[in-house]
Order: sequence, then structure tokens, then C-alpha cells
Amino acid sequence: MLKHRYLPLTEQDQAEMLQTIGVSSVQELFKDIPENIRFQGELPVSPRLDEYALIRHLSELAGRNADTDRYTSFLGAGIYDHHIPSVIQHVVSRSEFYTAYTPYQPEISQGELQAIFEFQSYICELTGLKVANASMYDGATALPEAREVLATYAHGLNLEIVEVGWEQGVTDREALTATITKDTAAVLIQNPNFFGSLEDLQAIGELAHAQGSLLIVSSNPLALGLLEAPGKLGADIVVGDAQPLGLAPSFGGPTCGFFAVSETYMRRIPGRIVGQTTDRNGKRGFVLTLQAREQHIRREKATSNICSNQALLALAASVYLSVMGKQGMAEVAELNLQKSHYAKQVFTAIPGVSAAFESPFFNEFVLQLPEGTDLTKLQRDLLAAGFIGGYDLGRSYPELAGHLLVAVTEKRSKAEIDQFARVLEESICSK
Amino acid sequence: MLEIKETTKSDELLIFERSRPGRIGYSLPECDVPTTPKEKLVPQGMLRSEGLAFPEVYEVDVIRHYTALSRRNFGVDNGFYPLGSCTMKYNPKVNEDVARYPGLAKIHPYQPEESVQGALELMYRLQQDLAGLTGMDAVTLQPAAGAHGEWTGLMMIRAYHESRGEKRTKVIVPDSSHGTNPASASVAGFETVTIPSTKRGMVDLDALRAAVGEDTAALMLTNPNTLGLFEEQILEIADIVHGAGGLLYYDGANSNAIMGIARPGDMGFDVVHLNLHKTMSTPHGGGGPGAGPVGVKERLIPFLPEPRIVKDESGRYAIRGARSEEAAGGAESGSASSIGRVKAFYGNFGILVRAYAYIRSLGPDGLRQVSENAVLNANYMMKRLAPYYELPYPDQPCKHEFVMSGSGLAKYGIRTLDVAKRLLDFGYHPPTIYFPLNVEECIMIEPTETESKETLDGFIDVMIAIAKEAETNPEMLRNAPYTTPVTRLDETSAARKPVLNCACG
Repeated sequence: MLKHRYLPLTEQDQAEMLQTIGVSSVQELFKDIPENIRFQGELPVSPRLDEYALIRHLSELAGRNADTDRYTSFLGAGIYDHHIPSVIQHVVSRSEFYTAYTPYQPEISQGELQAIFEFQSYICELTGLKVANASMYDGATALPEAREVLATYAHGLNLEIVEVGWEQGVTDREALTATITKDTAAVLIQNPNFFGSLEDLQAIGELAHAQGSLLIVSSNPLALGLLEAPGKLGADIVVGDAQPLGLAPSFGGPTCGFFAVSETYMRRIPGRIVGQTTDRNGKRGFVLTLQAREQHIRREKATSNICSNQALLALAASVYLSVMGKQGMAEVAELNLQKSHYAKQVFTAIPGVSAAFESPFFNEFVLQLPEGTDLTKLQRDLLAAGFIGGYDLGRSYPELAGHLLVAVTEKRSKAEIDQFARVLEESICSK
Repeated sequence: MLEIKETTKSDELLIFERSRPGRIGYSLPECDVPTTPKEKLVPQGMLRSEGLAFPEVYEVDVIRHYTALSRRNFGVDNGFYPLGSCTMKYNPKVNEDVARYPGLAKIHPYQPEESVQGALELMYRLQQDLAGLTGMDAVTLQPAAGAHGEWTGLMMIRAYHESRGEKRTKVIVPDSSHGTNPASASVAGFETVTIPSTKRGMVDLDALRAAVGEDTAALMLTNPNTLGLFEEQILEIADIVHGAGGLLYYDGANSNAIMGIARPGDMGFDVVHLNLHKTMSTPHGGGGPGAGPVGVKERLIPFLPEPRIVKDESGRYAIRGARSEEAAGGAESGSASSIGRVKAFYGNFGILVRAYAYIRSLGPDGLRQVSENAVLNANYMMKRLAPYYELPYPDQPCKHEFVMSGSGLAKYGIRTLDVAKRLLDFGYHPPTIYFPLNVEECIMIEPTETESKETLDGFIDVMIAIAKEAETNPEMLRNAPYTTPVTRLDETSAARKPVLNCACG
């Protein structure tokens, strides 16, 4: 019998337990598994490491990645390098939270349930809608990702996705008007969009509603510290990724999708929802509610198949919103706005570099680089100088080859922005 | 007395109710760039018209608030959590540490590949390990959870049949299956056919034969099944489904029973998902995040989601086949038959790191020991509890979990729910109740391998005491729990008149 720090049974325990059960060996407990499918030999799985060797191995793997503690990032495109307050790590590291299951036993899960209720309250206030759920897998805010994930889901549900083009970095309004018909279920707009530009949600909402279709807005929640709540501009559904709210980039996941709807759709929203109620003594308490929508009750007729969600990240986002509060959210959003606008000014002063669009933006914008710029070399030069560069838009838009999407968060100092500009200029000139 | 009441009261405040105008809890970098009034940068009508009605609290408030909430919560670290079907095993602490290394937590999915070789190697190794563990030929790590893995697998099955010019519209599930199975089938565009189980709790082969046909896309099966029983006739089941041209889908929720003992790939399954938050010890996080990697047999490899993590001839790791990159003629082209992307980026990477650390901590023989101990613990509990609660399937060993029925207590006016609530007073998280649906007043117990004999004995003694209490003092059970922060909650009015946010705005 293998001795291991996670496995408590001793040989004596085993003997006593087998005797109680009335079998002579553990193998007898597997006698119902047909002989011809029993696995023989050693599993083809990596060998065991002791704890110290494991730490060494993982440190070595981690050491071969360029992280934002050692590099200065101007990369966004859906995952952003914001400051993460220390308190978040301490709260989500409390094992009463992270080692718990979904709060199906409310009497001993009031902590998690109240935390989700508060998360829902925060999301409602940010989005301007009345109902929010306990989280989804992610927001697929990065446009190339969202386009592809949407295509996969739509195929499953036999829905048709029609993409509308862009003009000056924002949705082409004329093309959109022509595309929306009586068959259109919904118009999905990202704001700020993938290019960082701000869309006119109100006008787009009016176009959608005129044809009886819904307006779905995919929002950057941090930008909502500055931008009007989409619910107030006509959005029926607001979704997005809470990653900017204190969640580590973590190579793209886990992050946390949020999902809010107007009251009309309360009983059709997917995922878990927490509601307020009272106990037998009239004390305030919280429970999972409106469960008649969910898979464990409705099976094939459920509004979604989602079961596990991203609860711990929703908790992290709530802690972020709590420490930021009313004033902090306004301030951090404004810092992003100011620093990115300064950066745009500095970068576009480089000979041959210009702004691709003149549309208003939040913390991300598109640079047009001189013709023939080798973006792979540029990224390499930036990396060598300690920078993680922007996103090569040619990867998702062939017509935008030679364009760089740059994100500037509150973390970037004037000195870093200026230095990035110098490296950018040198790299472009030395081609 | 008065002071104690006051303390309890303040613990229940919402964070919004702790707000005092003028307090702050943040510290931000300074604005060291020349500024322009925001009204000049953002068009009118796009700027927020009213400030956010968020709490104004300082850092100590925040820490005390969430610490108070955590004390009103119960996790595996607080005590025994025999929640059937959920595999609430211990979540190793070293896994939490390594997942937070800056080189793993603070990296961006769009960084140049040469700057994330360590992360890609970790994912590649995990793919290999999971393939070896399940007996499959290739693995995708993208799905974020078990249900997400199910849907991904079904989309591949759909693409496989379509590629052969076949229109197969039905997915068969046993009546004991997880609710996610039929729900995932719906989202993947399939119709669900539910077949009954036999009196022994197994798939009814006659019912299965009657259900399969030209329209069968797949059978979804959990093995051991949700009753904790191994489907002994699995090879016959596979023959029936394959004979009709359908594929066999393995719901890996119960993999903790069979690691190193039997592999789904050797049982005839074509597609497998694993719940890393169950079998591979990653924390449940109060509901998530999880991870639901999917393994497939050779013939389904072309349909795997993209991008894929691969290792090239020179030993470099790479991200291959994202459609957007193909469009630009950038990366090597992927498979034209791939179902596409199922999640942003590459999956719940932080969870994958923990799962990999777990596999490396146990190794091949350790994983087998895990399953042996999980099954031994479950059989021991079943045997000791059998005289007190009805066992619907008494004549066979269970695997990592077992079901009992509380229906024997009905004569005292006691339901399974009452037993579960009474357990709370003794510091235990109750087992899963009222699932699976084909056992009346069901109690489903999964001890896991990380619990000691003393812990099991303590729980068993309390279960026996509760069974006796049902007879001698049923009122005590009906009003339980007594020691928790709140008593039983009014779920009916919560659903009838929903209050879903604090309306603090």
C-alpha cells in the first residue's frame, strides 16, 4: 500500500474495513469490472514527484514565461493588465470559500450566497439592468475568440450569425441598418469594441428595437466606471468578462463572465441566481432561486446546460468593486482614458506611425505602422527591451495587416509609455 | 448578551450597508501624463450620467466583511463533505501556491509563443497524461467545466456524423444520468431519448436495443453510474450503440472510482470528459471555476476544437489552428473539420496548472491508490449504514459512492431532507439528496479517498443516531438545523417574489 500525505488509510485501517465489509481484499471490490477491460500494468502518466521536486519543476516551467512582474505590457485585446489590490488574494484564499461546493445547503453557505447576491447587485448597478446571474464561464470579450465561440454555439442551435462590417473603427451604421430585418433575433455589439472604439449604443438600440430585435451589449466592466450604463441606453441584455476587475490574466482563464437582463427575461436567464428571503425566525438569508430554469430540474428543457460556473472569480470581482467603491471606479476608468490618450499622442508622433481611426476610444486604440513593418520582429524587439507589445490585428483581420492594437491601463507610467515609443521607433527604423 | 447580539447583527450587513460617504479602500497609480477633460475625449451621452451607487468603505471594512462571510460558509477544509457525484476531496495547498507563480498567473494568452513556452509545455504534458489515464488518443483542454465538456464532445459527435453524410438527431441517456447530459444534448441541437434502468440499477439492454436506430447519434453514460455501480455489461452496451452507427460518450464525473483500474478508452467509449475539479482535486470554488477536458479516439481527432497545443519536430510548443490566424495566412492551418473554438483562449489555465500538479504529486501508482481507497471507503460506509437506511442495490459492491433511501423513515413523518438538515448540527456537509431521480428519497454518499477511518466512523455514528432520533423525537429533525447562522429558509417566497439584488442604486 502506497503511503502518501493525501491518503490516510493505514494497513491496519484497510484490514479492519475489509473485515467489516466481509471481503478479503480490495481487489474483490472491483470484481464487477469485467476481466477483459481491467487495466494491466502501469498507467502511462508522468512519474510522481515529491513536494520539493514539484515546486522546482513548476518554477522551471513558470520561469520560461514572460510575466507582467518582469515585463511591461501594452497588450490587451480582451485580457488587460490592471492593478490587482492585495486584499483580493487574501479573501479568495480563505478556504471556507474556495474549498466549498455550489451553495446547495443554504444554512451553511450564507457566506457564498450573500457574496453572490452582492455580485449580482454590483453587476446590476454597473449595467443598469435589473437581473444578473452568478456568473458564466467567460465573456469571450476578445473579438476573434467571441466570433469563433459564437459560431460554434450557433451551429449547435441552428442559428445564423451575420457579421456587419466597420467604418472608421466602429460598426458600419448603414450596413447594420440594411442587415437588421424582422428575422433578426438580436444585435450583439461590443463596447468598447475590439478596436477599443466607442459605439453609439443608443442609436444602434433604436435600429434593433425598430425591427423587434433585442440589443445585446458586451461591455468592459471597468469602462463602465466612466461610460453610461448600457441598460440606460436601451440594452436588453448586457454581458462581458469581469477579468479587468481584479482577476489575473492567467493565460486567458479562468476569468468570469457576467450576464444581466432586463426584468422581462428574468425567468429565461441561464445559470445560477441568488435571491433574498427569510428563515423561520424572520432573519434575512439568501438561497439559490428560480431553479426551475436549470438543468438539474428541467434536464433537456433547461434554459442552458451550465452547472459549474466561475463563482470564485465572481467573489474576486466583488472584492475589487468593494475596495474601489464609487470613487475608485470613476478614478481608475479616468486614469485609463487619460493615459491611453497620452500614449496615442506619443506613438502617433513617431514618423510613419499614425492612428488607424479617429473614433473616440477608452483604453485601447489601433496604430497603423509603416508599410512593410515586420510585426514578428517588432514583437521580438519589444520583448528584448522588456515590453509585451500590442496585438497584431492582421491575425484576425487580413485587411488590417501592419496594424497594432495597443492597450494602456492605469499601471503604465509616463516613463514607460515614452520608453515604449522609443523602442517602437527604433525597431521600425531598423528594418 | 446584548453585545453578542450586536456582533451577530453586524455580520449580516451587506457590503452596501457598511458604506460611509467619503471613505475609500483603493490606492491607484498617479496620473503622471498631461490630461484633457473627459468631456472632450468622450462624446456627450456616452458618459455615465450618475455616479455608481457603490459602497464607500475602507480596506479594513472589506476584509472584515468578507472574513465574516467566510465564517458563514463551509468547505472541505472545515469538515467532512460526502456530497455524492461531486468528489469533494481535499484540495492540496501546494497546487494553490504553484498556480499563483507570476510566470503562470501573470501571462497573456496573446503573447508571442516563444515567451510562453513553459505554459505550453505544461498544457501539452497534461494533455498526454489525461490521454494516458483515460485511454484516449488526443485531448483538448479548452472546456471550462463538465457540462461544457459534454457539449463540446456532442458537437464533435455531431460533426463526425455530418462528415459521413449522416443525419443523426438523437442522444440516448439513462434515467439515472446527470441533468447536464440531456441539457447539453439540447444545446448541441439533439433530441434526448431517456431509457429506464433495470431493477439492479443498470442500463436496460432491451430498452437500449429498442431505442437505438439510424437516428442515434450517441449514448451518454457515466460509468460507474450515478448509483455508484459499475455497468458490468459495458462491452455489450458499446456493441449495441456502435452496431447502430452511434458513438459512446463517457461522462467522467465518476472517474475517481477507476483510475488505473479500468479506462473508458478500453471500454469502447469514443469521447470522454473529465471534471478536473472532481477527480483531479482542483477546488470547487463555491461553484467554479472548474475544467472539463475532453479526450477522443483517433477517428474524432479531426473534429477537436481549435486551437490545439502541439509540439513540433524541434521540440518547440505551439498553438495551432486558430481559424482567425488561418484567415490571415499566419499560423499553420488547422483542421477544416474542427468544430471550432469552444472557449476564449485555451481553457481555464489556472485550473489546469493545479490538476497537473496533482497528477505529478500522485503519479501512476498513486492515482490507482486514490481510486482503491475511494472505493474501500464507500463500501465500508455502505456496509455499516445498511442496517439503518434502505439500500436499493444491496447485493453488489459499490464503487466510489453509493445510494441509500430515506423512505424507511416516512413512517415517522421524516424525509431525507430532514436527515440532511440534522447533519448540519453535527458539523457535516450533508450528502447529495434527491438525486438520482430513480431512487425514492435518495441519499447519495461519496466519502472520497482523503478521509480517514475515524472521520467515516464519526459520520456513520451520527447517521445512526439520526435514524434513531427519527423514531424517538421526529420533531427534533423536522425543525433542524439549530446551530447554523440561519434556520431553514423560505425558498418558496424567494422564487415567488424574487429579490435578486439590493436595489441600493
